[in-house]
Amino acid sequence: MAMEEQLNLLKEEALAKIAAAANSKELNDVRVAYLGKKGPITDLLKGMGKLPAEERPKMGALVNVVRQEVTEVLEARAQLLEEKAIQEQLEKESIDVTLPGRPLKVGSKHPLTKVVEEIEDLFISMGYEIAEGPEVEKDYYNFEALNLPKGHPARDMQDTFYISEEILLRTQTSPVQARTMEKKQGAAVKIICPGKVFRRDNDDATHSHQFNQIEGLVISENITMSDLKGTLDLFAKKMFGQEREIRLRPSFFPFTEPSVEMDISCFKCGGDGCSLCKKTGWIEILGAGMVHPNVLEMAGYDPKKVSGFAFGMGQERIAMLKHGVDDIRHFYTNDVRFLSQFHRTEQ
Amino acid sequence: MLVSLKWLEQYVDLQGLEPAVLAEKITRAGIEVDGVADLAEGMKKLMVGEVKEKVKHPEADKLNICQVDFGEEELSQIVCGAPNVAVGQKVIVARPGAHLPGGKIKKAKLRGEVSNGMICSLQELGIEGKLVPKEYSEGIFVLPAETPVGADPLEVLGLYDTVLELGLTPNRSDAMSMLGVAYEVGAILSEDIKLPELDYKESAEKASDYLKLRVDASVENPMYVAKVVKNVKVAESPLWLQQRLMAAGVRPHNNVVDVTNYILMEYGQPLHAFDYDRLGTGEIVVRLANEGEKITTLDDKERTLNTKNLVITNGKEPVAVAGVMGGLNSEVHDGTTTVVIESAYFEGLSVRYTSKDLGLRSDASARFEKGLDPNRVIPAAERAAKLLAELAGGEVLAGSVVFDELDKTPSKVIVSPDFINARLGMKISLDDMVSILKRLKFDVETANGMLYVDAPTRRQDIKIEEDIVEEIARLYGYDEILTTMPIGESTPGGLTAYQAKRRIVRSYLEGVGLYQALTYSLTSDALSQKYALETASVTKLLMPMSEERSTLRQSLIPHLVEAASYNVARQADTVALYEVDSVFLGLTEEGLPLEEEHVAAVITGNWLDHAWQGEQKKVDFFVLKGIIEGLFDRLGLADAVAFERATVAGLHPGRTASVLLNGKRIGLIGQLHPTEQKANGLKETYVMEMNLAAILEVSTEALVYVPVPRFPSMSRDIALVVDRSTAAADLEAIIRQAGGTLLKDVRVFDLYEGDKMEEGKKSVAFSLQYFEPERTLTDEEVVAAHDEVLKALAEANAQIR
Ligand SMILES: [Zn+2]
Repeated sequence: MAMEEQLNLLKEEALAKIAAAANSKELNDVRVAYLGKKGPITDLLKGMGKLPAEERPKMGALVNVVRQEVTEVLEARAQLLEEKAIQEQLEKESIDVTLPGRPLKVGSKHPLTKVVEEIEDLFISMGYEIAEGPEVEKDYYNFEALNLPKGHPARDMQDTFYISEEILLRTQTSPVQARTMEKKQGAAVKIICPGKVFRRDNDDATHSHQFNQIEGLVISENITMSDLKGTLDLFAKKMFGQEREIRLRPSFFPFTEPSVEMDISCFKCGGDGCSLCKKTGWIEILGAGMVHPNVLEMAGYDPKKVSGFAFGMGQERIAMLKHGVDDIRHFYTNDVRFLSQFHRTEQ
Repeated sequence: MLVSLKWLEQYVDLQGLEPAVLAEKITRAGIEVDGVADLAEGMKKLMVGEVKEKVKHPEADKLNICQVDFGEEELSQIVCGAPNVAVGQKVIVARPGAHLPGGKIKKAKLRGEVSNGMICSLQELGIEGKLVPKEYSEGIFVLPAETPVGADPLEVLGLYDTVLELGLTPNRSDAMSMLGVAYEVGAILSEDIKLPELDYKESAEKASDYLKLRVDASVENPMYVAKVVKNVKVAESPLWLQQRLMAAGVRPHNNVVDVTNYILMEYGQPLHAFDYDRLGTGEIVVRLANEGEKITTLDDKERTLNTKNLVITNGKEPVAVAGVMGGLNSEVHDGTTTVVIESAYFEGLSVRYTSKDLGLRSDASARFEKGLDPNRVIPAAERAAKLLAELAGGEVLAGSVVFDELDKTPSKVIVSPDFINARLGMKISLDDMVSILKRLKFDVETANGMLYVDAPTRRQDIKIEEDIVEEIARLYGYDEILTTMPIGESTPGGLTAYQAKRRIVRSYLEGVGLYQALTYSLTSDALSQKYALETASVTKLLMPMSEERSTLRQSLIPHLVEAASYNVARQADTVALYEVDSVFLGLTEEGLPLEEEHVAAVITGNWLDHAWQGEQKKVDFFVLKGIIEGLFDRLGLADAVAFERATVAGLHPGRTASVLLNGKRIGLIGQLHPTEQKANGLKETYVMEMNLAAILEVSTEALVYVPVPRFPSMSRDIALVVDRSTAAADLEAIIRQAGGTLLKDVRVFDLYEGDKMEEGKKSVAFSLQYFEPERTLTDEEVVAAHDEVLKALAEANAQIR
């Protein structure tokens, strides 16, 4: 048989086998069989030595064309088979994307901590420091230094847990103010004091023998009631929304004079009156006032030269209002179904 | 303080304001109105009737069938169950169609007898039972005989009235009287005050002919005034007086007692009435009690007194505890004819001590405690004499018996308008200031640009310049105050390093899956030191409310375990809580307990729970340990922390460790002892507590980057067979020690304790990493270093596999 004829036969044979290859392994066998070093095409090339010299180039070119053609068809088939294989794999790997994901463990801050940090950060941005002090206090710092001498009728306002005649569980965070003032020795003060306090109350939906307050104190030259109002206005808007309005009502605290209570316009009804604001349109938020001269004097300040304001509120009350919590005991029961509701952001 | 507006109108014009509007004005000016109660609310179409006939109900013992006259053609039949109903009485009737606070009235049949409505008690009109006069408290109320049939009983009873409930702050004791409230409202509305009338006819006899007075305790009792009223007829008070007392929250008794109570409410001056004849001696001596002296007070209780209690005596024995309660032996009774009226000023602290001591608090003692107006002692006595003359037919003896060493001068305050404006940050004119002070009925003069203020003695709270600032501000209106921000030196502010790191600790713990808990600092004696990291003398309350909350805790763990138990009892399968709070240890030099801030955690249940993929892992010791290690890593203290086997009462003896920071014990971690778990209804539960203050006080170096290695490391694994009690950490220490500087990392990668091991042995496998950041290591170097490791391990009796 002429070499050319032989070559064409080989080609037809190879192409048929390529087309028949069902996967890349079979295809590879075809590659090895026809194009490999021991394959028939290579054999043909080796046998070209027997041809007359003038036929050799023509025959060589022909072999290369066939080789080229077979290779191309084979590559095309290989790609096709690979795509098919990938397709099959993808189909096999398909999942139900609606099944739940693997839950990551998340915890969160206690809602009171959330409130405190929000308040702390607001005042830190205005140059306040955070001051802390002991929870077991001297009668002196809890009462006397705050213009509440022994026997003062206002001491009835707070029923106190005493440890001894002179030592007690603090009933307010104000002793931190007294201690800070004493330590600052006449220098300006700008502090926020968060902390735990104790009163002789039976625990119920609105009372807790342990609860938390957060107070602020500013002492410097020329501090005015207007400065207090401006500061509280900013606080109210930041905590309860830009649309909030505040109003001050006269009140009484032994350590401030004048003393006021601050209401904010109801954030539920916008001031029209609802159950939250008891139909008044206003919600009581905190107590405040200008620091009483006796308090300044006792801490070593000259009330003729400096003045100051102070304000204080219950953390629980703020958290209850902000989040609609209806029972103060929730904050101390540590029910995971309660705590787990406070991990998300609100903005 | 309950304020009847009808009563208040006697002293000040209320300008026809709606009660709610008036209440708002009072609140905004400084006295909070806690409630506005319309006394006639829910009632209409009531009628006065006269009981004409009464027969027993044939079917029911306790019911009477009454025929009641309403001035109509026919009598109306009403069945009444009250025991005191009687023919001839003028009664309050709710006829069919009438409304009572309890609902609408309908015609009814009671045991077969028609009843056209009901005859009412005062309770059925919404009056509290404890305020209803005793004789009517178990039955219907009987109106005076002259009341016309067919009249509106609400009108007759004076119930078309509104009562404001004032929430008084301790400084405003001046408003514990109708006159005080009148002055306040007068200032708010710019109205003048009409004072009560004090005129009466005096008899020719003098009070001093009847009564001698001596005060032996002028500090406790600087002023005492007594008047004597003869020929008094003790009887029921007129309806208007009873109604005013009930509106003020006081139960009517008889005209003499009612007058003293009326004046207590009107002037804020407590009075006491003695039966002159029962007094027996014609003498009053005020003195401190003798130790152990006894008196039976009006409530029929015998009281034992001490030398701090002030008493009124008849010269022989106590007849009253001053300012607190009268004695039974001198009480006014139905047959009393001559009355001694006491109007006195008792020192607040003395009354406060005695009323606390005897556990007796009353409207009177509350007023003495807060401090009376010294200028009302006499007018109050005069007013009482006038009313006794008018209402009890009494004959007032001329003059009074008086002891008086009381300072009655008003407090003077000199204040500059500039000071007032500086405090407020405002520019209120001098004229406006003067006009406000005049509305308050303060005596005010201006000279040299200063305000000279004489505060009336009823306002005991006005003493210093700042008090004037407040008066001006509250009546000028806080709405008028500007909103500014403090100016002056700007301060950087911010958290201290400790506070900042504490926030990091918290957010780390939250990030790894723990919820922040808040539990109580007060606990029981038994729990106060349970699981404690360290103990010291405990701090206890003098008077705890319960044993459960009697002692300050020295460990956070017990309450966290309670919280875990609470959650598990409510079907929580996993609980992971932490708390940062103080424990209270011993006493510092200052005499206060050492408050040490700790961090503690409890975990129980599943740490990993991905049920549908079949992945579930219970919490174990190493979950909690990993959290602790991660925390120290976060704080840059990973190399400073170590764990050491330990025993702690209440924890599993084989699964408890101390946490060491730079070799010092600062914490503990462990599994709850199985018996504790069972007692708390818990499955496997792990706890830890560490001294946060000790952790946060360790400062870490500045963070400087270490070059990322550019050359490959060489890894060698070693499997060791050792005694089961050998600590992996000890083996690791040996390896690190022997491995020299080339050995950069050692890690446990396998542990086997199963039955293929020889009894009492375990297999631990370590992976060792050798490298040098600046060059590639040669085989020889690694072999040399590793041989040292193997040698050291062999010397330590570790069998290399
Ligand atoms: Zn509202």
